[in-house]
Amino acid sequence: MNILVCVKRVPAPGAKINVTDDGQSVDAAHLGFTTSPHEECALEEAVQIAERDGGEVTVLTLGPVEAEEQLRYAASVGAHKIILVPTDGSAWDPQRTAVALTQAIETAEAANGSAFELILFGNESADSGGFQVGVRVAHKLGRPIVNAIKGIVPGDGSVTANREIDGGFEVYEVPTPAVLGVKEGINLPRYPTMKGRLASKKAVLETAEIDAAAGGQTLVKLHRPPEQASNTEILGTDESAASAIVDILEEIGVLA
Amino acid sequence: MSDFPTSAKVVVIGAGIVGNCLVGHLARLGWTDMVLIEKGPLPNPGGSTGHASNFIFPVDHNKEMALLGVQSANQYRDMNLSVDSGGIEVARTEERMAELNRRMTSAKAWGVEAELLTPAQVKELVPFINDEVILGGFHCPSVSVVDSLETGTVMRKEAQETAGLQVFANTEVLEMLVDDDPVPGMRRIKGVVTDKGTIEAEYVVIACGVWSNRIANMAGTYIPLVPAVHQMADVGPMDVLVETNNEIGYPIVRDMDTFCYERQSAGSMEVGSYAHRPILHHPDEIPSNEEAALSPTEMPFTPDDFDQQMEEAIELMDMLGDAEIKYAINGLLSLTPDAMPCLGELPDVRNLWSAAAVWVKEGPGMAQVVAEWMTYGYPRVIDPHASDISRFYNDEKSDEHIWARAEEHFNKTYGIVHPSEQWETRRGLKESSLKAITDGLGAEYFTARVWERPHWYTSNADLLERYGLSEREVEWDNRWWSPIIDAEHLNLRENAGMVDLTAFQIFDLTGPGAVAFAEYLSVNKVDKPVGTSTYTPWLTPDGGFHSDLTMLRLAEDHIRIMTGAFDGGRDEAWIMKYMPTDGSVTFANRTEDFVTIGLWGPNAPAILGKLTEADLSQTGSPYGSVRTVTLATGDGDIEVDLFRISYVGDTGWEIYVPWDQAPSVWTALEAAGTDHGLRPCGAGVYAVGGRIEKGYRLMGAELESEYNPVEAGLARPKVKAAEFIGREAYLAAREAGPDAVMCTFAVEDHTDSQGRQRFIQAGNAPIVTNEGERILDSHGRVSVVTTAGNAPSYGKYLCLGYLPVDMAEIGNTFKVMYMNELFPVTVVATTGSAFDPEDTRLKS
Amino acid sequence: MSALLVVLEHDRGKWSEANDEALTAARQLVADMADGAELHAVLIGDGALDLAGQAGAGGAAVVHVANDAMLTDFGPEACGETVVQLAVAESVAAVMAVGTSRGNEVLAQVAARMDLPFVANCMTIAPGAGSWSMTRVQWGGSLLEDATLDSGDGPKLVTYGHHAVVAAPAAAPGAGEVREFAPTLDASLARTIVKDRDVQTAGVTLSTAPVVVSGGRGVGSAEGFAQLEELASLLGGRVGCSRAVTNLGWRNHTDQVGQTGTRIAPEIYIATGISGAIQHWVGAMASKRILAINTDAEANMVAKADYAVIADLHKVVPAITAEIKRRKGL
Repeated sequence: MNILVCVKRVPAPGAKINVTDDGQSVDAAHLGFTTSPHEECALEEAVQIAERDGGEVTVLTLGPVEAEEQLRYAASVGAHKIILVPTDGSAWDPQRTAVALTQAIETAEAANGSAFELILFGNESADSGGFQVGVRVAHKLGRPIVNAIKGIVPGDGSVTANREIDGGFEVYEVPTPAVLGVKEGINLPRYPTMKGRLASKKAVLETAEIDAAAGGQTLVKLHRPPEQASNTEILGTDESAASAIVDILEEIGVLA
Repeated sequence: MSDFPTSAKVVVIGAGIVGNCLVGHLARLGWTDMVLIEKGPLPNPGGSTGHASNFIFPVDHNKEMALLGVQSANQYRDMNLSVDSGGIEVARTEERMAELNRRMTSAKAWGVEAELLTPAQVKELVPFINDEVILGGFHCPSVSVVDSLETGTVMRKEAQETAGLQVFANTEVLEMLVDDDPVPGMRRIKGVVTDKGTIEAEYVVIACGVWSNRIANMAGTYIPLVPAVHQMADVGPMDVLVETNNEIGYPIVRDMDTFCYERQSAGSMEVGSYAHRPILHHPDEIPSNEEAALSPTEMPFTPDDFDQQMEEAIELMDMLGDAEIKYAINGLLSLTPDAMPCLGELPDVRNLWSAAAVWVKEGPGMAQVVAEWMTYGYPRVIDPHASDISRFYNDEKSDEHIWARAEEHFNKTYGIVHPSEQWETRRGLKESSLKAITDGLGAEYFTARVWERPHWYTSNADLLERYGLSEREVEWDNRWWSPIIDAEHLNLRENAGMVDLTAFQIFDLTGPGAVAFAEYLSVNKVDKPVGTSTYTPWLTPDGGFHSDLTMLRLAEDHIRIMTGAFDGGRDEAWIMKYMPTDGSVTFANRTEDFVTIGLWGPNAPAILGKLTEADLSQTGSPYGSVRTVTLATGDGDIEVDLFRISYVGDTGWEIYVPWDQAPSVWTALEAAGTDHGLRPCGAGVYAVGGRIEKGYRLMGAELESEYNPVEAGLARPKVKAAEFIGREAYLAAREAGPDAVMCTFAVEDHTDSQGRQRFIQAGNAPIVTNEGERILDSHGRVSVVTTAGNAPSYGKYLCLGYLPVDMAEIGNTFKVMYMNELFPVTVVATTGSAFDPEDTRLKS
Repeated sequence: MSALLVVLEHDRGKWSEANDEALTAARQLVADMADGAELHAVLIGDGALDLAGQAGAGGAAVVHVANDAMLTDFGPEACGETVVQLAVAESVAAVMAVGTSRGNEVLAQVAARMDLPFVANCMTIAPGAGSWSMTRVQWGGSLLEDATLDSGDGPKLVTYGHHAVVAAPAAAPGAGEVREFAPTLDASLARTIVKDRDVQTAGVTLSTAPVVVSGGRGVGSAEGFAQLEELASLLGGRVGCSRAVTNLGWRNHTDQVGQTGTRIAPEIYIATGISGAIQHWVGAMASKRILAINTDAEANMVAKADYAVIADLHKVVPAITAEIKRRKGL
């Protein structure tokens, strides 16, 4: 099964995110970058399927040229092909992103001479969290998509996909070629090995220069939520605080 | 926090390994009323300690680093927070094998058990190593892995319990409060402003690791260090490691030629590198604890910089290739312009101290140094001159300089560094007005900190034939050396030599209190007639050497101090520290007002006599006298000061010339000397060959704070009546007599086991008994070579070094270990000179 | 007359709590829209009709009940297509939902099908004559984004962030006029309809538990979670964990509280040994009360908590358990 995984390069912040002075982006000057977590799991799932059933894993990203780092990382954990759709570095809105990705996918499929049987997106990106690019791409490609997937079993001409709901799963059986939005937890992604990392440097980076018109959602500015003054009541500095804690549990009625 | 203090005796900033150990040591030395503040959380505030690889290789060529490394390792051991894993430095090249022999020599010097291993022996200890890519290993069983975070916690808690230390985490310094001081150019620390409140303090210590310079800058001063990346990656798990069921079950391997190490960390292997390009950061680029994904000093890994190291690591240990990289960082550590720590009181802000640029491996020891320094006025555990923050000249404090030098030496962390190795970057910071002339003479320049000094002149190459000199057989011995040095030496003894001594540091003390103050600094009497001089030690309060220099009485209320370029910063800081605050003394640094030209040799009086009518005889210009004379030059008459003195053992003068007129004087002397065989002569003669023949001691080599003037052979028959720093200890040392004596040794045979002629390079080569045993005096001080060099007039290669007093007899034989081989030596002088012991040449 | 269409959720006739948030937000939004905008709701699938009254009580003037054989079970494409057809038929000015997993997915389907922009997870929305302005969340709520939405002639498509609005009863019920709607659904849309269900957890789930007791790296080991399990079970709660713990393999991802794990909203969240990185905090911030147990007094989680104990969790947690047992006479 040939699988395409679409990933996004996002900053790796700690407990506080700063915004650039112009409010247009996260101040990532000294933050590292990573692959958005849901997508990292999507990639791991694709690699596991390919390892088990054969086939190739292609990873596609739309982002600044620096996103090559995330593509190489993908290659280091088992992706076979990597494709970059370079942007000017600014954040593209979801419609624009979806148009460009769709074209890139169509181009890649034309070159392959066949459709990817499965295209995996992350359920939503860690940063902008628009919850829609995968759906838009699937629709443009005329393929089915289900989101919030935490289990994939490839079948013959279809995939069985488990969607997480409160307390369990809904089971979908989607005909291929299909698109799925994957959530973290579907697997525990591997780390690259040194040999994997070194091999990834040899992976050929394909570039698809694609532009698309801006959509109707426009970022005005980013800002941090107002700091809430800390009103933490310190109940103690040792285990003798247990009594005060249980008083509170009683008071709010959880100590039935 | 309502109980945040408003005042304290001491505020220590930074609770990494250094700050924690410092408060612990201060508490042990009786300090109380201390506050420790830390901007991050405890126990791991997010500085370099938190991600340190925590191992200690106790062997280092540098004495301070080696002894404090051992000392620190023992402190960790004493707290049971250390495991002796052993460690092996492996060589992939012949050059490295030679270096491992040098490591064996240093191990011998510092008394560290070590052995050389064959590749097969290495593999026995580290079964997963590829023994086909290595030529051998240097095994040190006492290499240890320590728990630096827990050690810090234990030391901090000890200070809390025994000395009432107050600790405030998550408290950031916003401002440093500094007061004016009566002494111009000096200020005094007053306290710190934090986000929790202001603390007024008598002492403030900056132990802020990579952030130290930023905090120093808040006080208007500098701690010249820069945060630099050291990459490391943790790969695993691997069965062979997991099965040890231990944090560390195999020796640490340093793959020296790839500048990498492999250190087991439980089931994983940590691969660390000093091989990648230097990656430096400004302190402001370091994220806060909140902003950082890991910790502030665990910056995002840049894998492109590590690929080469991965390939080499896999080559050495194939199993590493298939293990997962679970954690990889660009870890920050501190680099300084000269690769040594920054310890001591800031030279321009009283009671503001630096305990920075210290790594985990030497943290507890360095903390003890600073604690003792604060307590006793100078450390007792070791002479800290190479780590003294006041060693830096202003040119060494700029970011441009710090960055350039840090970039240059980062990749030498595991490098093979020759003891005479010269810097490539940031040259020409301080040059003589003679530079155009010395350039024309083909000077090869060495640096004395920021100063460029001609070390020899290629224009003297013609002398090689005259004296039958040639290069040395082994490249290492020949590196940073030229036989021209010996030629210049022999010519000086035969005719005369002229030396560019512009790098001399010249300080003037003037005013009604100048002589009394100078007296207070000096062991020997300074209050002598105008026109005389005093060669004298300056002692630490404990009676060890702080300085060794010359003081000239130029007028009733004018003392001029002449000292070497390596010590100018330290000496100036010492003066400023003790300057009277009543305004009775004015200090001026006159270094760039005068050029010193040395003129020595049997023909020196005749040459100088061509330029002046002045009486240059031993009566008209006696030894030790200072005379102002007029020299007739092609550019007219020039007034200069003649100081009849010699550091090379031949008669002559230091001539002090106004800066801009130095070329005229040099040119006139050159012309006058043509018929007298005068040649320019470099520092190779002045600083080594000439002085070693005469047994003249050098500060920082023979003279260190661990030794006193009695032992160095510099005690005068009488002690002056006036009070001076270290007087009490000096009197006690005279009473007790020397425990060790400075001796001159002649090398009797240079032939090594391969039949090559070898020449001992200075660098703490151990002096051992004929049976090969280390020699320690009753204070536990080890005998090592302090200076080594050829003495062409004497006709032998000489070494200086201390011997226990009962061994210090002329004619006694010993061995000196060099490159792990023993060379026979004989004591040829104790307190005196090997060459011309009667000083007849000097007095001629 | 312009209308705001709010998409409500249910599970075969079981009213979703998120609908109360949706209607609360919708009432405000419709009031802020151009004069006379009307609040419409849509309920899709089996059992929808039974819930129409609840939607009316929540303020809907019109409740569309969409039914089709293909709508018996949830299918994102069929649902999205249904909403598209209804929106077009009613010429609505805007479609909104709450940004639950389904809410965002259905709106994304609507957006894709209509080729219109869609702004997810808004905190506040200021409708305008042409474009709308809104503040939405990024980074799961750690950053806010001021954005504008220009949909040309088409309806505005938005979701409010789940828990962004505190549900409140309507001051006055809406007319609640029920209109049945029969979409025309292509048989191909059956491809993304639920085939089966696999309910795994009996009883209380992490996202609905009244008490969640979580552990971070500070717990030290997988075994260390036993004490948290005991406390949680005494309180009828569930054990959660941080992403670091999942990555270390100590707990399953199903226990992970966070941006990429489960978002919780318990009566009290007891966070032990958790520093409170963004990833975790955004999953926990809807908790009604937070008790942090941590040795680091300045940890982010402590700063944001209502109550804190600055001490080692390994001492405090057993002490709480013992105290509860003592009071319960166990």
